Amino acid sequence: MNEQIIKDKIGAIEFRLLSPKLIKKMAAVKVLTPELYDADGYPMDGGLMDLRMGVIDPGLRCRTCGSKVRDCPGHFGYIELARPVIHVEFVDYIYNFLRATCRKCGRILLSEKEIEKFKERLEMASKEESLVRSNVLDEILKRAKATSVCPHCGEKQGKIRLKKPTTFIEDGVNLTPIDVRERLERIPDDDLPLLGMNPQAGRPEWMVLTLLPIPPVTVRPSITLETGERSEDDLTHKLGDIVRTNQRLAENIMAGAPQIIIDDLWELLQYHVTTFFNNSVSQVPPARHRSGRILKTLADRIRGKEGRFRHNLAGKRVDFSARTVISPDSYIKPDEVGVPYEVAMELTIPERVTEWNIEWLRKFVENGPDKYPGANYVITPQGRKRITKETKEVILQELMPGHIVERHLLDGDLVLFNRQPSLHRMNIMAHRVRVLPYKTFRISPVVTAPYNADFDGDEMNLHVPQTEEARAEAEVLMEVKHHLVTPRYGLPIVGGKQDYILGCYLLTLGKRKFPRSFVEQLMFSIGVEEIPDKKEFTGKEIFSILLPKDFNYVEDPEKCKGCKQKGSDACVLIKNGQLICGAVTKKLIGGGKGKLFQEYYKLYGPEKTLDLMHKVALLGVEFLMHEGASISLADTDLPEGAYEKIVERLKKAEEEVEKLIKLYKEGKLEPYPGRTPRETLEGAMMGILNQARDDTSKVLRKYLKKNTGTFTMIRSGAKGSTLNLILMVACLGQQSLRGERINRGFKERTLSLFKKGDIGVRAGGFVMHGYKKGLDPVEFFFHAVAGRDSLVNKGMRTPKSGYLQRRLVNALQDVKVLYDGTVRDSSGVIIQFKYGEDGIDVSKSDHGDIDIDMIIERVIGVG
Amino acid sequence: MGLDDLKRAEQVLPKKLYEKLLERLKRYNIKGKLANKVAREVIKEYERVQQTPGEAVGVVTAQSIGEPGTQMTLNVFHFAGVAEMNVTIGLPRVIEVLDARRTPSTPSMTIYLKKEYAKDEKEVRRIAAELIEVKLNDLISDTVMDLLNTRLLFTLDKGALRNYNVKPKQVEEMLKKVYKNADVKLLKDGRIRVKLKTEDVGEMYKLKSKVLDTYIKGVPGVTHVLPIRDKKEWIIKTAGTNLKKVLELPYVDPERTISNDIFEIAKVLGIEAARNAIINEVKEVLDRQGIEVDIRHLMLIADTMTFDGKIRGITRYGITSQKSSILARASFEIPLKHIFSAAVKNEVDPLQGVVENVMINQPVPVGTGIPKLIYKVKRSGDKE
Repeated sequence: MNEQIIKDKIGAIEFRLLSPKLIKKMAAVKVLTPELYDADGYPMDGGLMDLRMGVIDPGLRCRTCGSKVRDCPGHFGYIELARPVIHVEFVDYIYNFLRATCRKCGRILLSEKEIEKFKERLEMASKEESLVRSNVLDEILKRAKATSVCPHCGEKQGKIRLKKPTTFIEDGVNLTPIDVRERLERIPDDDLPLLGMNPQAGRPEWMVLTLLPIPPVTVRPSITLETGERSEDDLTHKLGDIVRTNQRLAENIMAGAPQIIIDDLWELLQYHVTTFFNNSVSQVPPARHRSGRILKTLADRIRGKEGRFRHNLAGKRVDFSARTVISPDSYIKPDEVGVPYEVAMELTIPERVTEWNIEWLRKFVENGPDKYPGANYVITPQGRKRITKETKEVILQELMPGHIVERHLLDGDLVLFNRQPSLHRMNIMAHRVRVLPYKTFRISPVVTAPYNADFDGDEMNLHVPQTEEARAEAEVLMEVKHHLVTPRYGLPIVGGKQDYILGCYLLTLGKRKFPRSFVEQLMFSIGVEEIPDKKEFTGKEIFSILLPKDFNYVEDPEKCKGCKQKGSDACVLIKNGQLICGAVTKKLIGGGKGKLFQEYYKLYGPEKTLDLMHKVALLGVEFLMHEGASISLADTDLPEGAYEKIVERLKKAEEEVEKLIKLYKEGKLEPYPGRTPRETLEGAMMGILNQARDDTSKVLRKYLKKNTGTFTMIRSGAKGSTLNLILMVACLGQQSLRGERINRGFKERTLSLFKKGDIGVRAGGFVMHGYKKGLDPVEFFFHAVAGRDSLVNKGMRTPKSGYLQRRLVNALQDVKVLYDGTVRDSSGVIIQFKYGEDGIDVSKSDHGDIDIDMIIERVIGVG
Repeated sequence: MGLDDLKRAEQVLPKKLYEKLLERLKRYNIKGKLANKVAREVIKEYERVQQTPGEAVGVVTAQSIGEPGTQMTLNVFHFAGVAEMNVTIGLPRVIEVLDARRTPSTPSMTIYLKKEYAKDEKEVRRIAAELIEVKLNDLISDTVMDLLNTRLLFTLDKGALRNYNVKPKQVEEMLKKVYKNADVKLLKDGRIRVKLKTEDVGEMYKLKSKVLDTYIKGVPGVTHVLPIRDKKEWIIKTAGTNLKKVLELPYVDPERTISNDIFEIAKVLGIEAARNAIINEVKEVLDRQGIEVDIRHLMLIADTMTFDGKIRGITRYGITSQKSSILARASFEIPLKHIFSAAVKNEVDPLQGVVENVMINQPVPVGTGIPKLIYKVKRSGDKE
């Protein structure tokens, strides 16, 4: 494998029409016969599988370039059409040209004066945007089409109609493609620019085909079935039809057959050529395979999500990638990824052998592909060789500087890690490899937020950059530490999760004391070796060990000033790196809104923040493992009489609603402006019922035991909310369908057990019971209804927002900031003079702003 | 150096930031040298957080708006709030704005009143009622078509007249004004007679519905009004918009009154206003959903939609159709059309965008793909 340094770039791509001359010139064969193979199964000369058009059979050689299967790119052929045929995709252009030019002299239907004027305008426009140009062209077309007498030769113009797909009719008389071609031929070069064509690049008559290029065999390979039978590609089938029809047409013409027969065959040829290009033209029955399956022809290969553009050109497949299930590992760092041995031994990094690393690399080669850490291939100037038992000795002997060893992944290698759907840039980040046993990728739960991952079976992809440039870019641009702050709103989104928060909360709650031995054990297990010289530690002091001495944070400065209760847990105060007041909750160390990391990030930067996150997380789990945490059904127990209060409250709401309904039925309900009485009623009912459910939380707060596991969990912010408690203990509340109370099902009622016209509380889907008490059948049904509704809703939302995002990305992908600070698109048009009016990069900012207070503090603090 | 840093800050920093700096300096009573030092540090920080040249801000913006899209509700109407105008919210509204649809699905105006009117609830309610467009149809309890005499007889509904505060005379005048050559008369029994010129029955039916549709008073287009208390003043929300007419009304505060119809705003107030309207409309939806997106992203979207003076949606007919690159257009939607038209017109794709270069396996011209440093490798055997 010879690596060549490619210095040339493709600068631009020009699009032109293919001229008959060029079709002939680039063709290797003139196809004459529809037969594919001879009796021996060998490709026919002059057939559609002619060996000069490329090879697809292993062993055979291409008769044009002499290469074998994979090396021959394929070569075009052509057929000479007995009669010209219109190219469907150009029909609209031909139609315009016919109407805009004279039927006799071929000149554009504009006076010399007009021509002069328009040419001038075109000249000007071509220097400006293409939009102005296309507007001028549209105007020319419109003007020329409206002219009925040729200003050049005085010929009266007929009215030309296009009968889709490809028939032109002038004043009731059919124009054959020959006529059409002749007319197009007559248009002089000088008039072409006015019609939007460049005469140097193409002639309009080329849009009527006289020669048809035959795509190379490599484009339409046949497949051999297990039975040994050959199955041809759809394109080959279609081309066979064309060649066959063409042959018959030619024979009939030669034999002097009647015009009707010739016209029929001509039309058939037109049909085959049309469907060869595009098999889903409206008003043309699609060509079918013998089995009735619709043939996939050229256009089908290009368009759509699975077409050439979106599938192969804008998206590409890659090597050196892996995918498995992910699982959590609190002990690896947030910027690491645990990689199974199996994966590490399959994915490799090419390492160039030098005098300095040859001994080190030799070991990998010695280990080979089956022993970690080994190597799979060695690339020498002679080629790429797999290391096997047999080849190992030779390779080892020959190994010398200049060779490349493809070694297994090692700890510390940089890889890209990705979870779909990749909606924002944090869905692909660079991690450091940690090779671990077992077959899942391991990640720290701290980084699940940016990936939007959980561990209920999620899978993720891993890619190994293969060049130094790729690795350098990954390191500088993509590492986790560079993506702690989201560019969406400028705050860290990475942070503590469930157990970490609960652990830290329990540790820092109150004034519990821990002996030094315990603290030593705890801190050592999270990798902190230096601890203050003290016999006893409070939980807050333990947490403070992680904080630097110059770190300060006040949750609520106003409240703190007058506060005398030092050491209470009401609000957080960190002074000189000591957590003085407050328990650590989600507010402080959680992702998204974690204040601690937010402040810390501003002061100490990404690396240290990431490190702190890891340590806080570890401290949380380690402590939680000592402490334990459990929740129980008893957490939802209410003292006697309390549940009755909830029921009472709900009853009251029900009564209120009944009153409203009565009012409504009597027609006395005063409607809100712009609303019908029914809408007003619905709104009011919703309001009352939701209020009732929320009110039950007051009862809960009063009677529910506070020191339970469930409540602790909620208070710390680790998981769950008061709403969840209400749902369990009190009631589920109103179930909604499409944002409204449930109002459909049977005729005039929601379920057959209600009276007709019942629009009451229960019939509308209000669930009085909580999960603990259990739902009655009616409630259960409505709950299921609401559940299905939200499921359907989600299913509709995903594709909609997906399409929106695709459009957004497509519209904005070329927009970038230039060196002069302006924001421009790919053609250099200025969109903003300064990004966001102040040029601030949101991901570098503090919530889209600059924290002047912090700067002042820093300046004054220093002196 | 020294004292000049504050002055330099005034030049370098954006106005808003400079004002914030001054405010903070005042609040903490920082003066002289120290103030200069703070200013210097703020400038330094401002320069640090500047966008890096080459940053693909477009993609970042697209992601920042697209990513939270999955979290937005699909429910079209806002229902829980009782006294609220029905407006489209959530994802459908965002799509509507970004698509640049000609008319919003729920056109609405928020009318602010001049100070002297905005306090008094009764006055505001009266004004609001006057805004509703009243057509003849709304005021009528019965219509008789007298085919024999080719005339129409409309019975006015007293209740409706009172509701809409319209006098029968007014109706007569309006009809006379519109149908100048028809014989319109207010009869003594309270009916209105319209004598028609035609004798053709079909024609008469057509005319009847036309007459019924006659505008009598109010602001054309406004179907509902809702006075709402907004902090200290009363504002009026409407269903249906007609910004131009409303702004002309004497009691309306023309500086704050706004419509949610982007095209209308562009027409009445200009493209810059439309650009701000796009920002505000999207922002309001996102805020309501509790989704935080930095304003700069919305600005970039709004600017790309309006920078050439016309409103272009994020669709294949809008922004994408304006791209110079054939391949970029082709990769989005309907590739064949673009390729064939490019062939006829002999277009050249300059390959300056992202997808084009992805397609041909070349570095993309954003970010680290921009700098073109070539290092000439000297081989050991090469001569100078």
